[in-house]
Amino acid sequence: MASETNDVHGGVMADPMASETNGAHGGEGGVIADPMAVDAHGAEQGLIADPMHQFEIKRQIEIDVFGIDASFTNSSLFMVIAVVAISAFLILSMRGRALVPGRMQSLAELSYEFVANMVRDNVGTAGQRYFPFIFTLFMFVLFCNMLGMIPYTFTVTSHIIVTFALALFIFLAVTVIGFVKHGAHFLKLFVPDGVPVVMLPLLVVIEVLSYLTRPVSLSVRLFANMMAGHTMLKVFGSFVVALGVIGGWAPLAFMVAFTGLEILVAFLQAYVFAILSCIYLSDALHMHD
Amino acid sequence: METEAAKLIGAGLASIALVGAGVGIGTIFGNYLAGALRNPSAAQGQFANLLLGFALAEATGLFGLVVALIILFAF
Repeated sequence: MASETNDVHGGVMADPMASETNGAHGGEGGVIADPMAVDAHGAEQGLIADPMHQFEIKRQIEIDVFGIDASFTNSSLFMVIAVVAISAFLILSMRGRALVPGRMQSLAELSYEFVANMVRDNVGTAGQRYFPFIFTLFMFVLFCNMLGMIPYTFTVTSHIIVTFALALFIFLAVTVIGFVKHGAHFLKLFVPDGVPVVMLPLLVVIEVLSYLTRPVSLSVRLFANMMAGHTMLKVFGSFVVALGVIGGWAPLAFMVAFTGLEILVAFLQAYVFAILSCIYLSDALHMHD
Repeated sequence: METEAAKLIGAGLASIALVGAGVGIGTIFGNYLAGALRNPSAAQGQFANLLLGFALAEATGLFGLVVALIILFAF
């Protein structure tokens, strides 16, 4: 697996966390203090702000909508690539429509059944109508995570705004579904059964707060896993280059194993995102029944 | 104390939260293994819960990591 050291220009790569020397920035001499201030001077030295530089958003096509920056960025590009990849995979695999599936059709049916079972087990029959949404969500997060494992690509889900947008949408949708289905009775979600009346005021506050932190935890889980994983890949990749031909084999072996782990984490985080959405949906539809 | 030094110390302190992640993940997998060795036929059925528990335990540790990163980069 190639290490992601595309920021290295020329030889010396002593220490990825060494302090930068690009002039006086009053108390900000550290390498990781100002990741967005990477300039040509830093890039030439080859070891400045490497781990965080990969998350930079670059505009591909500038679009200005009444003063709002709606440019087509590398993030947008990879979202489009993910959607095209998912559509191509599913449409082309099912083209044969064989009764006994071949390899590609098996994969498509496998992914369908995996999510269908997840929805049925966690939400029940009332949740079957939400299956297309959960399937889309799962496949989108999975493909975005997996595309990020290819060297030189951009990981869409490694930005909090992307994962927070997804999680906020799920949270709002589940809350609206709950209110539409149960009306004001939905608020009984925050009052568990069999609780002494004395404890109710405190317990309701705690329940409401824990409900409101759901989108935060959902989004931060995916974001932190993706960002930490890719940062570690970059740091260990720079170790491989720094130690060179003589000592570079040890970090390289670790890199191979860790890349395997990151592929597992990519799948796992997509699965956890989807299954938690199913659980929240089931809470709203069935209300602890 | 300089802002830069305080940031680095704060980030280091916030990363201690990952100890909790390590303990939690070890607990979950240890209990799964103990249960699987007692009742191997039931182990496969609980595999999904294992993965879910692992992700939830790791998440809380990663919240600490996110605080560390916020201290480093957003202040």
